Amino acid sequence: MKKQAPLGSVFTDGLWKNNPVMKQVLAMCPVLAVTVSAENGIAMGLATTFVLVSASTIVSLVRSWIPSQVRIASYILVIATFVTIVDYVMKAQFLEMSKALGPFIPLIIVNCLILGRQEAFASKNPPHRAILDALGMGVGLTMTLFVLGGIREILGSRELLGTQVLPDAFEPWIVMILPAGAFLTLGFMFAVANAVEKRKEDLAREEVYRKHYRPDTLEPAAQKEA
Amino acid sequence: MAKATTNIPEGVELRISSSPHVRSGQSTSKAMWTVAAAIAPTAALGVYFFGVYQLAVIATCVAFALLAEATAKAMRKQKPTLLDGSAALTGLLLALVLPPNVSLVFAALGSVFGIVVGKEIFGGLGYNIFNPALVGRAFLQAAFPSAMTTWTMPDLTPDAMTSATPLALSKFGDQAAKAGIDFGAMFFGNIGGCIGETSALAIIVGGVALVALGVVNWRIPVSIILGVVVFGGLFNLIDPATYPNPIFHLLGGGLLFGAFFMASDWVTSPLTASALWIYGLAIALLVVVIRLFGGLPEGVMYAILIMNAVAPMLNRFTRPKLFGEAKKA
Repeated sequence: MKKQAPLGSVFTDGLWKNNPVMKQVLAMCPVLAVTVSAENGIAMGLATTFVLVSASTIVSLVRSWIPSQVRIASYILVIATFVTIVDYVMKAQFLEMSKALGPFIPLIIVNCLILGRQEAFASKNPPHRAILDALGMGVGLTMTLFVLGGIREILGSRELLGTQVLPDAFEPWIVMILPAGAFLTLGFMFAVANAVEKRKEDLAREEVYRKHYRPDTLEPAAQKEA
Repeated sequence: MAKATTNIPEGVELRISSSPHVRSGQSTSKAMWTVAAAIAPTAALGVYFFGVYQLAVIATCVAFALLAEATAKAMRKQKPTLLDGSAALTGLLLALVLPPNVSLVFAALGSVFGIVVGKEIFGGLGYNIFNPALVGRAFLQAAFPSAMTTWTMPDLTPDAMTSATPLALSKFGDQAAKAGIDFGAMFFGNIGGCIGETSALAIIVGGVALVALGVVNWRIPVSIILGVVVFGGLFNLIDPATYPNPIFHLLGGGLLFGAFFMASDWVTSPLTASALWIYGLAIALLVVVIRLFGGLPEGVMYAILIMNAVAPMLNRFTRPKLFGEAKKA
């Protein structure tokens, strides 16, 4: 049997290494549409996380009873149940936010991130691992939405979470609160993430090279090891 | 084995080099400076009409374009390319399509955005899909819509004031306003508009010089101007009261500037003769359609950007057939 990944990495995978937005490029529809402000981003992220964790739990619990021919329909049914709960709770408790997010709350049902995790992870793993995975993905998504929404809010309306952070002299960039601003910002975020990854790879490669060919350039502690 | 014989007389030195064997002496920087020189009269008239402040706008745009280029090249660990003049030219072009008395902060921002996002992200000069100066302007237009459509009237009158451009008058004004549009002023440039686009005279002088020198392919300006006259004229014939006449289309807004200096950018325009004709005519059609039916009074910038995106496809469709190549059944 394949060795299972440790529990910790099941959770941390979603934060950076397999971040749903930055690495898997999933959930683009809510990512681009609702991130006009950091607050919207957090709300959307939390709503999705709730649905993801709940659905993963249920799917993981019943995974051995779902016939594989109808598994997608079953997942959708489970997801839709929780999305309906989120939708009604938001309408009852956070009407303003519900209006701001509009149709994108019901659309969580067809969010490929959630369906993807059921198919790829929850249906093959026991509940505790499925919940950790869902939490990691959810937190990763929420963080990304927060950063994207935050950048757009700061540049597009001088505010962060409703507080003014840039002086009045700064002319807000209207483009940032338009859809084009979402594409531009996300593109730059991808670029930064790729640059970080590339730098990491370069450093790792250099490390290997030094260990094999130039042990004398290593730190004294590492030298002993080598 | 026979000894190799040769007809080369004693003492003649043979120089061996790989192709190309005929060199024109043309270089990127030379072409860039030629264009800059051709734009100079337009820029000078812009400064004359709208005031000395426009010199500061031009200087800011050029300075920040160079700065952005140098920084981007340094970050990508490439050879610096400041001297080829392309970044400076982008800055100059951008400055001339900004409204007069625009804030210097916006000018700098547009310049940096145009160079970084419009050009360096794609790999630098020669790899960019879109005209960098127009990318910068499109960004400014989207980011600061009101500041980018505040037109100061030419400074020749004692009190500079803001006013609608002839294009905006034609689109949003009443009959009286339309009747007051003065073609003579539009030709010389004594009207509201971007710094470098108001004087048809200066643009034509510089543009024709570029075409005559072979720096700009004549098909681009000719097809755009012809297209605008034809398409604009057609609508004018259908209903002269609603649609302005083609001369107005030609002199108004940034059409001539776009046709001679923006659409003709070597990197972002197509290569083959027939593709150039399609490119120019499509720009003209888009300009007329946006001007007459779009939400904005002016569409030259968007028309050129759209056709920039299509240019590679035009190249592919119009690839010349090799000699002797068989027709596909």
